[in-house]
Amino acid sequence: MAECGASGSGSSGDSLDKSITLPPDEIFRNLENAKRFAIDIGGSLTKLAYYSTVQHKVAKVRSFDHPGKDTEQDHEPPYEISVQEEITARLHFIKFENTYIEACLDFIKDHLVNTETKVIQATGGGAYKFKDLIEEKLQLKVDKEDVMTCLIKGCNFVLKNIPHEAFMYQKDADPEFRFQTNHPNIFPYLLVNIGSGVSIVKVETEDEFEWIGGSSIGGGTFWGLGALLTKTKKFDELLHLASKGQHTNVDMLVQDIYGGACQTLGLSGTLIASSFGKSATADREFSKEDMAKSLLHMISNDIGQLACLYAKLHHLDRIYFGGFFIRGHPVTMRTITYSINFFSKGEVQALFLRHEGYLGAIGAFLKGAEQDNPNQYSWGENYAGSSGLMSSSPELCPAQRARSGTFDLLEMDRLARPLVDLPLLLDPSSYVPDTVDLTEDPMARKYWLSCFEEALDGVVKRAVASQPDSIDAAERAEKFRQKYWNKLQTLRHQPFAYGTLTVRSLLDTREHCLNEFNFPDPYSKVKQKENGVALKCFQQVVRSLDALGWEERQLALVEGLLAGNVFDWGAKAVSDVLESDPQFGFEEAKRKLQERPWLVDSYNDWLQRLKGPPHKCALIFADNSGVDIILGVFPFVRELLFRGTEVILACNSGPALNDVTYSESLIVAERIAAMDPIIHSALGEERLLLVQTGSSSPCLDLSRLDKGLAALVRERGADLVVIEGMGRAVHTNYHATLRCESLKLAVIKNSWLADRLGGQLFSVIFKYEVPTE
Amino acid sequence: MGACRLGAPMEYHGRAASSSSSSAGEPAPEGPEGRRREPLRRRASSASEPAAGASAEGVRRNRPGSYSGPTSVSRQRAESVRKKRPLFPWFGLDIGGTLVKLVYFEPKDITAEEEEEEVESLKSIRKYLTSNVAYGSTGIRDVHLELKDLTLCGRKGNLHFIRFPTHDMPAFIQMGRDKNFSSLHTVFCATGGGAYKFEQDFLTIGDLQLLKCDELDCLIKGILYIDSVGFNGRSPCYYFENPADSEKCQKLPFDLKNPYPLLLVNIGSGVSILAVYSKDNYKRVTGTSLGGGTFFGLCCLLTGCTTFEEALEMASRGDSTKVDKLVRDIYGGDYERFGLPGWAVASSFGNMMSKEKREAVSKEDLARATLITITNNIGSIARMCALNENINQVVFVGNFLRINTIAMRLLAYALDYWSKGQLKALFSEHEGYFGAVGALLELLKIP
Repeated sequence: MAECGASGSGSSGDSLDKSITLPPDEIFRNLENAKRFAIDIGGSLTKLAYYSTVQHKVAKVRSFDHPGKDTEQDHEPPYEISVQEEITARLHFIKFENTYIEACLDFIKDHLVNTETKVIQATGGGAYKFKDLIEEKLQLKVDKEDVMTCLIKGCNFVLKNIPHEAFMYQKDADPEFRFQTNHPNIFPYLLVNIGSGVSIVKVETEDEFEWIGGSSIGGGTFWGLGALLTKTKKFDELLHLASKGQHTNVDMLVQDIYGGACQTLGLSGTLIASSFGKSATADREFSKEDMAKSLLHMISNDIGQLACLYAKLHHLDRIYFGGFFIRGHPVTMRTITYSINFFSKGEVQALFLRHEGYLGAIGAFLKGAEQDNPNQYSWGENYAGSSGLMSSSPELCPAQRARSGTFDLLEMDRLARPLVDLPLLLDPSSYVPDTVDLTEDPMARKYWLSCFEEALDGVVKRAVASQPDSIDAAERAEKFRQKYWNKLQTLRHQPFAYGTLTVRSLLDTREHCLNEFNFPDPYSKVKQKENGVALKCFQQVVRSLDALGWEERQLALVEGLLAGNVFDWGAKAVSDVLESDPQFGFEEAKRKLQERPWLVDSYNDWLQRLKGPPHKCALIFADNSGVDIILGVFPFVRELLFRGTEVILACNSGPALNDVTYSESLIVAERIAAMDPIIHSALGEERLLLVQTGSSSPCLDLSRLDKGLAALVRERGADLVVIEGMGRAVHTNYHATLRCESLKLAVIKNSWLADRLGGQLFSVIFKYEVPTE
Repeated sequence: MGACRLGAPMEYHGRAASSSSSSAGEPAPEGPEGRRREPLRRRASSASEPAAGASAEGVRRNRPGSYSGPTSVSRQRAESVRKKRPLFPWFGLDIGGTLVKLVYFEPKDITAEEEEEEVESLKSIRKYLTSNVAYGSTGIRDVHLELKDLTLCGRKGNLHFIRFPTHDMPAFIQMGRDKNFSSLHTVFCATGGGAYKFEQDFLTIGDLQLLKCDELDCLIKGILYIDSVGFNGRSPCYYFENPADSEKCQKLPFDLKNPYPLLLVNIGSGVSILAVYSKDNYKRVTGTSLGGGTFFGLCCLLTGCTTFEEALEMASRGDSTKVDKLVRDIYGGDYERFGLPGWAVASSFGNMMSKEKREAVSKEDLARATLITITNNIGSIARMCALNENINQVVFVGNFLRINTIAMRLLAYALDYWSKGQLKALFSEHEGYFGAVGALLELLKIP
């Protein structure tokens, strides 16, 4: 009923060399600052958790003390950039076989410096067994935590903080994993933990859960009975046997009882009428494989049936499965899924978790860290430091990789700000940010993986160039290249490793890897320069816009927005142009744009709308620095303000490519205000508000936005959302449905994508949407 | 469940019928009736045609030697009754995955005249079945279950309960052929999956037409009927008081006066669970493949036993706690957080993960653990179904429970304990025979 058993990760009983050299830097990372340890020791796997801080270089921008003076000099940058150290919090989780426990404890002891930690939270069946060893090695007091409480705390945590944590398993589908978008409200749910026995727990809130039932027929039954029947000792070997067997040789099927005709009861003939029903005979031998298979079916069906009965009684339609019986084994996920579908007639979903193995350790850690209030923060999976689903990290040395899943890592970064849904989403529970699921689209996947591979050289070059004064920049950039390259290779083979593979996840992974090697903002100088240049043109652009008639001006403003959006270092086609021709100007960009009618063109409707009453408040998600924000977005904002619409301008909290960051936007706004009375007064009167998104991604997930932004949107009653840029309006949110009017605009700066959408390079998307009643 | 509902009209027909001794060489009314049920049989078309042809032929054939009694004034009246009453012998057959259950009505009110007219083969069947308690090496008559002085369709007699393994079905059919059953023009009402599986064999080897009856209809009819006629003056239904206490445990009769709603758990090779709301209103709620066949099958593999009796006997001497991992094995005692008592099984066969413990258990321990595992699981599923269907009396039937007091007491205890006394486990003396009884009732057209 509680997990006391073990995961059978194969080699547990083998004569593994305990003195095996660990590649410590890659496994127990950031150990020097580690505090708060938790450990979950199962029958064969140990999961260690610790909290650590990571020192990062960050690029900070700051206005010069005397801005007026500096702007007069043409070659001076508009603001200064300084690289500072910033400390962020990170959770580290490491999973390894119990065989290594002593070596690992030794390693931790040797590398743990000046920590004030006195206790270690421990859970799992093995916690007791290893208590003395841990206390002796680490000089920490072992605090035993309740297994189920830890499990559920861990489960809540991953469901809330890791997008695409849960997935359905589909036997013959490609891919076999179908990831779920995170439901805004994860409660209530049913957790069925299949350890040696089965526990069925109803989780109602963060702190409330109830053990509603269980069954003694679980993983231990499969293992124990399987060992008796087949003389096979190991769990994994039993599963392997099962995957090769024919249960029909051992089980009595409906058709065995009915002969050929068995449709009469509405039962399929291949249904099992009696598990092991055919073995009730002394005169036959049964193969190990067949018996193992029959046993697997018997146990999986039984668990599925009970789980469905409990789900029905409690009116729940989602069941998360965990425990060592499941732990990433396709065989058991398949049989459990089949059983749930069968017994619930498709009404109940069997869901599995990517980080199922870590739940206990996460929960134990959270128990110990309650005073730090980890639940008040939002956390994000760090793709750079996490192994991903069922992959043995390619970064590890090959000898270790050979032992499947020997060391598996998960890292979670504490995000600076708590994240919530955008209140304007029509249906947060069905919102999917990403437009294309690359796990389901092999063509697109192939293209984008290659695209990111090809762009890697440029990114490396850019990273090195951004830190001319650093001696080890080239070396770090090379490490970055290796890391990201390996991630891309992993994703080629296991597209599902980090949940649904999307352009966004590829971009985010790249940002995580860059950060990992201290390239926090490779574009900081480019952005600085472009902002400087664009600021100089602002007044001229505004003047020429003001000279236009109203209708002409509206089009020119939109074209300006679009032209500005051409300046995108994230798009390879553009970065090539920008690289070769730094003077590539605003006017030139306008000429590159597709002529109307655009690829997607609802401009006429927008124009009609503008002839009507002004919007109350517009929320604008900005994209690039420089021309885009200054000559595209700000004139547009200015017009909205002029119309009497309040504007919330949302920029990224952290850097991503050449996207404008919140702190940069503050400076830019300040500088524009100095030149423009409309912007000036709007800022002063708080009719123009600059906020941060809480994100550091070139894409946009409207279900994970800064809490302050969400509050402001609600407070001001925003009734128009403007999303610009390929990353935010095409790769993501293209199909997002909002409760208010929205404008999604972008220039397609990728010929493959343009081709897919039926257009050409620099095709324009102008999508104005009005919610249907 | 009043005796009047089924009993009263029968008495009436019974009197009318007793005066009748006539017969005619007409097709048995069951013939066409049987064919009307044809759509139920879904055979490959190649097989179905000869089957249909043969059945038509069988119906048309004359019946030499049947009661070719004199015509009389009472003929009209007798005729109407007779139409409702098939010719002897009266059998009900339930062919399960493991066991064949046969009920046989032995008329005790045969008049001298009838006796004289009774054909030899019919007489021989009657004598063979009633004078033996074992048939061949595997057939057994459960004498203790016999229902005496039963009035059925106007005839008085005893109802016999016979079982034999399904794998001996070919021998049974062969016997029917040898004893020339087909000459009796009797109709075999049969239920259970084997009614389908062996239909063709009955026809081609035994020249016998099976009337296939719905399994669940038969089961429910059988239970309600036995309950209505009682068990030779005793209650056919019982329960256990203090099931967990071997000293105080008592088997007590239970009067199922308010049968509905009822959860019926039929444990044969597999398990079917039905929710019964009235005589005609019931549904199959679910089933599980972990049933009697699983217990016996696993026992054969684990202990090398060869009979169900042997498996049970071993189980009675074993200790399952050596095999199973209990809550207290994990938590040292009760797991209070969840209100789990230390004695509860946390993981069936959980101790067998360890090599040392595998080497330390006996076959008896394994048999016991198998029994406990299967029984507890059925109890759990039954309990959940009862909760979901909002039913609080659960009747367990089926041959898994035959001579299986350990399982019955465990079911009684588990249901009571986990439902905090809300659910009551009931059992029935004629555990496995209800389908066969129902099939007999079908034959007799007793509603």
